Amino acid sequence: MNLQFVVDGLLAGSMIGLGAIGVTLTYSILRFSNFAHGDFMAWGAYATLAVVGAIGAMFGTVAPMAPLSFGWPLVAAVVVGMAITGLLALLLDMVLFARLRAKGQAIIVVMASFGASMALRSLLEFIFTSRPTYFSRAIQIAMPVGFGIRITPDQIALLLLTAVLVLGVHLLMTRTQTGRSMQALSQNAALARIVGIDVAKVVRVTWIVGGALACVAGVMIGILIQVRPFMGFDMLLPMFAAAILGGIGSVPGAVLGGLIIGMAEAGAVQLIGAEWRAAVSFIILMTVLFVRPIGLFGVRER
Amino acid sequence: MDLLGYGAFFLTNALIFSLVTLGLNLQWGLTGLFNVGLAGFVAIGAYTSALLTTPDDAARLGGFDLPILAGWLGAILVGGVAAAITGIATLRLRSDYLAITTFGVAVVVQLVALNAQKLTGGPFGIGFIPRPFGGLAETPLLFNLSNLAVVSLVTLIVYLGLEHLSRSPWGRVLKALREDERAAISLGKSARFYRVQAFAVGGAIMALAGALQAHFTGFIAPDNYLPILTFQVWVMLIVGGSGSNKGAVVGSILVWAIWAGSGTLTSVLFSPEQQARAASLQIVAIGVMLCIILLVRPNGLFGDRPRRPRFGKRAKVATGESGTAS
Repeated sequence: MNLQFVVDGLLAGSMIGLGAIGVTLTYSILRFSNFAHGDFMAWGAYATLAVVGAIGAMFGTVAPMAPLSFGWPLVAAVVVGMAITGLLALLLDMVLFARLRAKGQAIIVVMASFGASMALRSLLEFIFTSRPTYFSRAIQIAMPVGFGIRITPDQIALLLLTAVLVLGVHLLMTRTQTGRSMQALSQNAALARIVGIDVAKVVRVTWIVGGALACVAGVMIGILIQVRPFMGFDMLLPMFAAAILGGIGSVPGAVLGGLIIGMAEAGAVQLIGAEWRAAVSFIILMTVLFVRPIGLFGVRER
Repeated sequence: MDLLGYGAFFLTNALIFSLVTLGLNLQWGLTGLFNVGLAGFVAIGAYTSALLTTPDDAARLGGFDLPILAGWLGAILVGGVAAAITGIATLRLRSDYLAITTFGVAVVVQLVALNAQKLTGGPFGIGFIPRPFGGLAETPLLFNLSNLAVVSLVTLIVYLGLEHLSRSPWGRVLKALREDERAAISLGKSARFYRVQAFAVGGAIMALAGALQAHFTGFIAPDNYLPILTFQVWVMLIVGGSGSNKGAVVGSILVWAIWAGSGTLTSVLFSPEQQARAASLQIVAIGVMLCIILLVRPNGLFGDRPRRPRFGKRAKVATGESGTAS
């Protein structure tokens, strides 16, 4: 078996993991599974693409940074894209989810997120058509790094970026007051209110963090594969599976779950064939639900 | 004459949708089980029936050339079993897990339909599915009307059966579980067992609808069972009002009329190159409509009275309820 699947799996796992952090946070803090999360990814990727285009129009073509396929405009655009996606998530919460949450029916919110996901995705199709686009059409030469593994500079950069982001979220959750409030709210909402935690603020932070990470994951897919309206929707099942495998509410769990699923997918592509890739996350999901429904790092629900 | 023929064709389609919606109403409206993968169960029914009834084909498994009724029974059976397995895996957990799992079922069914060429014919689907009254195909009007008659009959039987079920002791247990799970369990009812039953019966009805549709069009392909189907049926149920079988049927006809009407409108208003974009705008409009109904009138046209939250503290307040007063 070719060891190349390790790199492919790490990359797929990073995208899934970054998305799964948002899913797991929304689930544990707002208590619903957000089916629109995949479409945040697609919106983030398209927003970034649009900003790259705008920068290109203002400053002309910018040469890419040496071994990478992209230059500073993409880096700047990702930051703007993260902000836009975070705001989109906030806006959606304001007009839709918050109102339904106020009525106290968690499952109606899930339904609404399903409707919102359809609308968001079709809106992208309307604006950008369903034809796939790319951040860059340049072809990168993969460098051999031994053991029959090859990796491109872009891939190295994105893996490093994922590591930095995951570490950042982990520090946010464990070392800051906001992060501790988030954990408190997810563990016991009523008690968190009683001790005076600003719930509205925690909810806002949750959406912004989830949206921003979804944007990065979307851009990663865009750089490594392509940008199309369905890109996020297709990631939904792997993201949910990763969040449940890692244990709902656990950020390290979501990332580890994402890596496991990414690896399993890449392995399956080599052994069985690429067309069955999407079945891998379903099999893992069913296994977790039968064997250990609270996941790797989950806590039993009260 | 053309108009009558089209009317029959339209109603046949709408009634097949209403069958799916009735199945979903049993799962969601009556029992509170959230199924976002219903397209998968419809597909299971369609493919089962197609495999059982098509003439022998060397390129794939079967067909077994059985009578159409055998195909429908097979669809009911396989759809019911698939739903039961899904239910057993998830119904002891929080309701969101069921939603995610059903979503996964739809993805996997779609994958099998696309890739298992030996079983499903792959992306090109299965053709030559026998149609009831296929001999009448030369006179389209008679053909459409007889199709409508068959579909109406099946819908009527399912409708009356569900009405009876929802008033039976079994249906009352489901409603009790939906309203106040702890109280129902304290009366000795196994929540999980009843839920699995309701989910399986709902899945079987969806599969039957898929089979009907397969035999009505004579051709099926994986593209018929995309998530958009799930979405349409949900909108139909929410518009009609979840919990009401009448609402499920009326909502289906109404939403299908809006859908088909706006489809015709976009094909008239937009040039062929722009039609794919216009179609996506149509989906945006329906998605926004769903969200607005959920916000403004969550009970739809004929819905049950407002539900109480499942483990809510407010559940103790006695409200004037009509649905479960009996």
